[in-house]
Order: sequence, then C-alpha cells, then structure tokens
Amino acid sequence: MQVKVKLFATFRKGRFKEKEMELEDGCTIGWVIDHLRLPRRELGVVFLNGLSAADTKQLQDGDTLSIFPMVGGG
Amino acid sequence: MFAWKGKILRVNLSDGTVKAEPLNQEYAEQYIGARGLGTKYFVEEVDPKVDPLSPENKIIFMAGPLTGTFAGSAGRYNVVTKGPLNGTIAASNSGGTFGPELKYAGWDGIIFEGRAENPVYLSIYNDQVDLKSAAELWGQDVFATTDALKAVMDEEAKVCCIGPAGENLVKYACIMNEYHRAAGRSGVGAVMGSKNLKAIVVKGTQGIVVEDPKAFMEAAIDARTKLREHPVSGQGLAAYGTNVLVNILNEHGGLPVKNFSEAAVFPNAEKISGEYQAEKYLVRNKGCFGCTIGCGRVTDIPKGPFKSAGEGPEYEATWTFGANLAIDDFEAICRANFLCNELGLDPITLGGTISCATEMVEKGIIPRSTADLRWGDGATLVDLVSKTAYREGFGDELAEGSYRLAEKYGYPEYSMTAKKQEMPAYDPRGQQGIGLNYATSNRGGCHVRGYMTSPEVLGIPVKVDPDETEGKPALLKLFQDLTALVDASGLCLFVTFALGLPEIAAQIRTATGLDLSDEEYLLIGERIWNMERLFNLRAGFTTKDDTLPPRLLKEPMKGGPHEGKVVRLDIMLPEYYSLRGWDEQGIPTEEKLIELSLV
Repeated sequence: MQVKVKLFATFRKGRFKEKEMELEDGCTIGWVIDHLRLPRRELGVVFLNGLSAADTKQLQDGDTLSIFPMVGGG
Repeated sequence: MFAWKGKILRVNLSDGTVKAEPLNQEYAEQYIGARGLGTKYFVEEVDPKVDPLSPENKIIFMAGPLTGTFAGSAGRYNVVTKGPLNGTIAASNSGGTFGPELKYAGWDGIIFEGRAENPVYLSIYNDQVDLKSAAELWGQDVFATTDALKAVMDEEAKVCCIGPAGENLVKYACIMNEYHRAAGRSGVGAVMGSKNLKAIVVKGTQGIVVEDPKAFMEAAIDARTKLREHPVSGQGLAAYGTNVLVNILNEHGGLPVKNFSEAAVFPNAEKISGEYQAEKYLVRNKGCFGCTIGCGRVTDIPKGPFKSAGEGPEYEATWTFGANLAIDDFEAICRANFLCNELGLDPITLGGTISCATEMVEKGIIPRSTADLRWGDGATLVDLVSKTAYREGFGDELAEGSYRLAEKYGYPEYSMTAKKQEMPAYDPRGQQGIGLNYATSNRGGCHVRGYMTSPEVLGIPVKVDPDETEGKPALLKLFQDLTALVDASGLCLFVTFALGLPEIAAQIRTATGLDLSDEEYLLIGERIWNMERLFNLRAGFTTKDDTLPPRLLKEPMKGGPHEGKVVRLDIMLPEYYSLRGWDEQGIPTEEKLIELSLV
C-alpha cells in the first residue's frame, strides 16, 4: 500500500519534506516513526489524515501521515 | 515592598502635572501586577460607560513584580484601558525591554489621565520625570520616533510610542516598544493618540530587590533550566518561531481560509510556513529582556518589490495576511507585517478586516468601484496597510475594524469577530475549546486569554480531542485563570509550555515574599478574570455577547479533518458559567464574589 508521509520542522533535516512510501499491509504509525529513526523524546503531534492517532494504529492505502517534533507558538 | 518598586506615576495630561504616589500595597497583594494590578487601578477610577477616546478614559502602563528580574522570560508589561475597538476592558501585553526599564527607573507603573492640548511625550530618567512637547515627533513613524527619543536621552533608553495609526485613531492601533514589540490588540494605541500622547522614553539606573535572594535564585534557575530543556521553549521556538504553527494548524485542518468561509486547509501553506521562513529569509532569532526562549524573527527580504528588513512575521500575522486572504507570497506578507510595526497597527485585526471586506466585494455587497479587492492579491494588501494607518480612501473604512465595516454595508455576520474583536488564527470548528475561549474572552476574539490550542492541537501539557466538548469548560477555566496570573506577574505566557503553576508561583513567592500557596496564587488569576468580567458587565455587555459569528455556529466546516463540525457553544457555555460560579446570565454570584474578595 502507499502512504504519504509528511515531516516538519527539525524532523526534515537529513530526511525529507514529503514522500510516498510503499508499505506492507498491517504497518503501524509506530513502525514508520522507528523506520525513519525519529527520536521518540522529540516526538510531538502525529496526525493521520488530520486527526490524532495512536502509535499502534494500522495504516491504510492512501493515508496521509503528518509527523511533528514538539513545537509550540501562538 | 520587595520585587515591586512601590511607586506609581500619575500624569494628568490636561493640566500637565506629574505626581509620584505610593503603590497601593493592598491592590498589589491581591492583584500582583501588570494586567491584574493595572486593571484594579483602572476599574476603581474609571466609569465603565466611558467613551474610550474621551479625556475621561485613562490609560495605564503597568509592570509586574517579576518584570526586569532574573526570573525566566520576565520582560513583560501591560497597557490597561477601555478599548476603542469594542469597548471591553483592554489589557494589551508586550515583551521587549520597556517594562524592565520602567522598573529600573523606580516605577511599577504610570497612570495617564485627561488629554493634552498639544502632542506631548513623557520623559523619565529615574525620578526626573517631565512632559515635553512632541510637536516634532507627531506624524513620525515608530522607528523615526524611537530613534529621535533615544538621540535626545540616551542610546540605551527604552521607548514605547504610537505611529501614525494611533495618531489617526485607527481603532486597532497598537503601542510599539523597542521598534518591533507591540502591545498589539484592542486599539490601545488609539487611546494614546486621543490623548495627544506620542511616546514614553525611559532610562533607569536602579535595581530590583527581591525578598529572599537565595530562594528566588533557586526558583529562577529551576525555571530557566526547565525552559532550556523543554523541546518547545528550548529549541523549537528559537529555530522556527511561532510561525512553525502554520503547517501544524494546516495539517490539523484548523487554519482559517478566506474569512473562515472555506475548509480550514490552505493548499499553499508550505510557502508561508515557519520552515520556509527559516530556510529563505531568517537572519537570526531574537529574545526580549532576559529571555531564554528567543522566539523573535529577524527577517530580511533581500530584493524584489517588497525588499525590506525587520522583525517577524509571527504566526498570527502570517495567517491573517496569508491564508485568510489566500495570499501565498511570503514576501508580501512580510512587508505588510513590517509596515504594521512601522505605522503601529494590529495585524490580526487589519488582516481580518481586509478579509471581511474582500468577501463582501466578491459577493457584490461592496462595489468594486469602492474597493477592488481580490483573494490572493499581495500588492494590494501592502498598499492597504499604509492607506489604513493614514485613513486614505477605503483605508478610512478599514480603520474602523471589520464589525463596523460589515455593519455599515448591512452584513455584520461577515465580521469574524467575538465581541467585535477579530478572531486569530484558529478555526474554532476544528477546536471546540478555542471556540469557547473566543466567546468568553474578556477582550473579545483573542487566543492569549486561554490558549486551548496547546492541549487541543499541540498536546501540551496533554493531548485532548479537539472535537470533544466534554471537559473543555473546566480546562478552559484553568487556562484562563493561570494565564491571568502569568500576565500579572510580568512573565511571558510562553513559559507555560515548560512551566506549571508550582514553578510560576515559586518565583513570585520568593521575589515578593507574598506567602501564598499555589492554589491561592491561582485564585488571584480567577479574581482578575472576574474583575474584568464585572467591568464588562457594567459597561453593558451581557450573556448575548458571549457568542461567535453565526458562520461558526451554524455553517458546518466545508472540508478537511473537521468537516461537518460547528462550535457547540450551546453545550459548553452553560457548564462554563456554572463552573465559574456565575448565574445563567453570566453574572458572578454573590457567593463567588465573596470567595474572591470582590465585594
């Protein structure tokens, strides 16, 4: 299946902004985070199609996964 | 008194007198400082029905006990008055260096009364305080005024002033200090303009004495360490500034587009994002007084039609001039923001007003012969900033804010305001809690009265479901009360990304010697909130004003992750009133007023 993965802020350094990833069925959000070696202690919000989702959530073909480090503003 | 300087300046602009008076210690202990203390003086002295631009209104500049101390990020002061944009109590908060310098000159605050016959500025060098003619400064922009007053007094003196927008009584003129920092909202700059008060220049050579130096240093170092070590305040804000929120709010589906008329997802968000700004235009970051965070942006547009240099834009300005006008030209957005700083305008309300006008032009309500506005037109945006500050052509109508503009053309529902002040960069249909915050904020549309985006979108301190209404009234009340305490202390609200009530209270306690528990300090925040509420009620606001534009209550979000949602104020507001100890009309009960010592 294909999933669009988008990275932001410091997570882009040495990685990418946006990428269509070919993943095996049953792949979870947590697997993608570990596969991309995103440091867990810096991990902020993770949106699956714009909504918060747990690490264990299985991805579906056509999903968009947006991963942010902890940031704030206002 | 410790941490407080114990002295207030009272300046009568009508008769030109300047008097020193002792700080009211009872007020200080019950309302702390800045937003709390300034508002206490204000409500005791000013009729809530006062015309905001009349000589009978007062304008108060107040620092907090922590302002100018070693506490983490303690550079704030507040301007308190009755705001001309919407007639609510206005407490407009600014960083920079002005507040600390006022303390170093020996003053906790300044109360201005009356109206000067001719333009004046206030000159403060420790105890040497003089009202001087501002004839040469009137008409000058913020940067020229700041340069001129530093040249007269001292290069290290600090200046706060209005630009042409304040002089021309633009309803959302701000008060700038140190060139780029703003007491931005509610139109406090127009109140200064109405009093013929152009500027304050201050230089001080004194220190601030805290009650328990050893304990205070321990509390401050603990706070600073936590601020440095937290990923948001220690790294993220310095690297990308507040504008890092563009992409987050866009992915979340809460970045308002075209006057909140479309799905809150802007297709070209990346081109106006904090990441893009950092990659293309950022020179360096910058902090206010004594700040470990350094969220400020020193930005340079090196070439092209918008070639210029300055500070910002922040997230709110980027959104209001960007997604909300469908503009994806970051250089135009940046130039418009720089001009707001130079001329002294609040970008949130300016952008919201232009956005409202554009929608009405596109719908044929405002004729194109009056204003040829189109979505996505960066050059026209830049042109309108100056026209508004100088009230030229259609700028004269924009200078009144979106509510008066939309009402004039018969369609007030197109004004995206709460209590007639423009809402900031979060579509509340994607965040129920921020919707309740807008509706109940004591100064109208505002994000920094109870920043529910933090838990609802950013997950700080914990992630809550943005579409859920349950639990939001209680969480918002806590955020509103804690924010009021932070604003009263002189700390920057951004410390709350890393610090909680215990760290904040510990710094106030050890600096002032005010031996209260954490919960008692939080109660001071609640007291401030209720004091502001009582002022608004006496000014004529009612429960009917605790609402949002019909678009947000009745028109479901048109797409994105929160498609189909509206703000469920009908569910949240009654519970909020109840939790606050207010009756069904939103009036604090006698019991609550006694609990808060407000009777």
